[in-house]
Amino acid sequence: MNYIPVSGSDKKEMLESIGVKDTEELLSLQIPEVLRAKKLNLPEALSEQELMSLFKSYAQKNKSDMICFAGAGIYDHFVPAVVDEIVGRSEFWTAYTPYQAEASQGTLQAVFEYQSIICELTGLDCSNASMYDGATAAAEAVILAVRTSKKNKVIISKALNPEYVSVIETYTKNLNTEIIKLDIDDKTGAVSKDTLNNIIDENVAALVVQSPNFFGNIEDMQTLAEIAKSKKALFISVVNLVSLGLLKTPGEYGADIAVGEGQPFGNRMYMGGSTFGFMAVKKALEWKMPGRIVGQTVDKDGKRGFVLTLQSREQHIRREKATSNICTNAALNSFAACVYAAYLGKSGIRELAEANISKARYAFDVITKIKGFEPLFKDGVFFNEFVLKTDKDIKKINEELLKENILGPVDLSGFSFNCGGKYNNCLMFAVTEKRTKSDIDKLAEILTKI
Amino acid sequence: MNNNKTLNEIKSNRNEEKTVKCDVALNINIDDKYIRKTVPNIPDISEGTLLRHYTNLSRKNYALSTTMYPLGSCTMKHNPLVNEKIAKFDGFSEVHPYQSEETMQGSLEVMYELQESLSEISGMDYFTLQPAAGAHGEYTGLLIISKYFKSRNEKRTKIIVPDSAHGTNPASAALAGFEIISVKSDEHGIVSPENLKQVLSSDVAAMMMTVPNTLGVFEKNIKEITELMHDNGSLMYYDGANLNAVMGILRPADIGFDVMHINLHKTFSTPHGGGGPGSGPVGVKAFLKEFLPSPFVVKDGEKFKFHFNDKEKSVGQMKAFYGNFPVILKACAYIKSLGANGLKKASEQAVVNANYILSKLKDRIKIPAGNFCMHEFAMSLKGALGGGVRTLDAAKRLLDNGYYAPTIYFPLIVEEAMMIEPTETESKQTLDEFIGTLINIFEESKTNPDVVHNAPVNTSVKRLNEVEAARKPKLRW
Repeated sequence: MNYIPVSGSDKKEMLESIGVKDTEELLSLQIPEVLRAKKLNLPEALSEQELMSLFKSYAQKNKSDMICFAGAGIYDHFVPAVVDEIVGRSEFWTAYTPYQAEASQGTLQAVFEYQSIICELTGLDCSNASMYDGATAAAEAVILAVRTSKKNKVIISKALNPEYVSVIETYTKNLNTEIIKLDIDDKTGAVSKDTLNNIIDENVAALVVQSPNFFGNIEDMQTLAEIAKSKKALFISVVNLVSLGLLKTPGEYGADIAVGEGQPFGNRMYMGGSTFGFMAVKKALEWKMPGRIVGQTVDKDGKRGFVLTLQSREQHIRREKATSNICTNAALNSFAACVYAAYLGKSGIRELAEANISKARYAFDVITKIKGFEPLFKDGVFFNEFVLKTDKDIKKINEELLKENILGPVDLSGFSFNCGGKYNNCLMFAVTEKRTKSDIDKLAEILTKI
Repeated sequence: MNNNKTLNEIKSNRNEEKTVKCDVALNINIDDKYIRKTVPNIPDISEGTLLRHYTNLSRKNYALSTTMYPLGSCTMKHNPLVNEKIAKFDGFSEVHPYQSEETMQGSLEVMYELQESLSEISGMDYFTLQPAAGAHGEYTGLLIISKYFKSRNEKRTKIIVPDSAHGTNPASAALAGFEIISVKSDEHGIVSPENLKQVLSSDVAAMMMTVPNTLGVFEKNIKEITELMHDNGSLMYYDGANLNAVMGILRPADIGFDVMHINLHKTFSTPHGGGGPGSGPVGVKAFLKEFLPSPFVVKDGEKFKFHFNDKEKSVGQMKAFYGNFPVILKACAYIKSLGANGLKKASEQAVVNANYILSKLKDRIKIPAGNFCMHEFAMSLKGALGGGVRTLDAAKRLLDNGYYAPTIYFPLIVEEAMMIEPTETESKQTLDEFIGTLINIFEESKTNPDVVHNAPVNTSVKRLNEVEAARKPKLRW
């Protein structure tokens, strides 16, 4: 299958019009012979039917659709049918970036609605049209802060998702930025204000804190934001949209920038990509934002319409002076989140957060009753994810669970932050609204037997 | 019926008890200092209302499934449906990134297959699939170049970029910490060794080139340029935005490039999604392998596993996890659908289609370079239009005729530029109709310029006020 709709006779006419006898002549007029490639060593074409069977066989080699208690940044949430139907409309997924506004009002209004929803959820003033993922959104936020403040020190919490830490390090390595890592308190599993006060000073461009943090614990963001503000550092909060149905918003606690991974809203896990990152900022920073932004305007008859705006921040206008190099983003993934939020509505958004925290607490209660499982952070307050320390064999636990089609908790021993072995024998359980009481009871039953 | 509401203007109309049920006791007591006080302004609406709202919105879009998208440098080719179907298999979508390698062998095999295929198509020795888009790939490639010179204790701080380059090239180089040097194109729209020599110095790390370039012109001095750069100790970066012109025809690595990125959402037919997700795999020659971001997939006997480069050598991690998997999968499926011959045929037909349009227009328009082009061409509409009509107006008039408008005012070096890339998936009939429409617009601009000035009128809104949008930004409801 090659999807080329040109017959032999059509091609002949076209070549005649061009004035060459064949394609080879057309190419050799432009490309010197010595530069030409030999025949590619790739298998011959497959039919649609052959392709389907081949990829079905690949899919079957994966273990998928398990009862999932793994999280750590990517979560197994329910995706309603209406999201698939709308996002699956070819008028959306085969459309290009909406540069021609009058021919792209569908996409543009959808992005405007997405931006509005992100603002409603985060309590901040402006959102861009999306970033690649949560990690790159966090890195871009750090760059924004460094460039805006003209200061080069950034403090990041050690309870920030390690994938994000690593991407922030990549992004800032060549930009003369110093990354300082902030220890967390062993009892609460969260940042302590005393530790922060000891290291923060007026030379700090930004403080980056995640809440609920990587270990699932809710941070006292209000206090941390106040400390950052007192030292004229920007406060960058990394948040989970699901938690914002219940938890205080970045806008309410005074964050300057909120970023995060959008996958939990309407996107499937797909091994961690493609997902999307969101970024929202206070009004004062709107011209500093990376990426595309859609704004409302009117047409020549005064009718409401939407366009890409503040484009003089972007690479296609500003080239090397742009706020970022981002061009293609994650439009369709962020659109899925928009439709998902619209499906939930304000009530559903609250119910979603309530179901997540309630089920996680239920799971915590039943598992900590089992001998050999203790909470790692005795005074932690968690949302939908928590860490337990166990004296049992972790490998065996996950093997036994796998036999019952359960994807077990994430083993923390392999992460880079585990130098010194502090997180050996630690398991992190994520419990979303998708887990039923019987899923959780079954998990507990298996854990009891090990 | 008023189909022009934004979501927040729809009144709440749901009467069910709950959208999200919870089968354990609600347990939400939490210190008040952590609790949200405001309620998000998002209505509670029923599924039917929601479906109508977005279905109506979808009808206000032009899309590849409804019309031709002759967008220069964007390669808007048909997105095969079977690839979409395959990508939706639960076996791929319901996989967590921290599952063990043994439980995701199928996905790893798909990634490995794509890495290998891209190596064969480009001639590069190793690929990472982690970058999420073309610009992200450029940034990755430039960090690799930076790391390479650091490992050799060479201080090289500059990147050369032709003036016809995409804006992402200089923006990515700046993000990677480089200084940007622009090299002027010559009168044929290509880089000449003479112009290059004038900006070349011992602190140049690399040069980024798009081949064929954004004018659709093959850089015929490429061999001399790569030799000049390599003799200077510098590397060559290939921007793969225009790879659709040369699959099976030439390989970037063979003609002297050391690092490159590929836009899977262009050349390998994965859908653009209204702006993303994309995928920008980066390929390198063997001497740069150790600098690639981690992880990439290797084959170990019959098993596939992730390979992590030495932390000190690697540029680090470009995004969370492994890459945009569904995009990777669709590109892999596309390559298998076309096979070796099909890929070459696709590039050849893309070149024929572009030249066919050019042959029908060349008496009326100004082409900066030659009588032939590769898969696209940039033309100046300066002479073709009358009545004070500008390229922007002509583009908007194309919308009235049902076409998406080509890229305009780019490349920056062509006055009143319009850039046309038809791709191989348009038929002769479609091309003929498009050519006829363009010629009509040229005529209209002389006989009835107001019609063109006022375009578009057949779209869901008329010409939008972009200046006002930026002056008083309204970015949310």
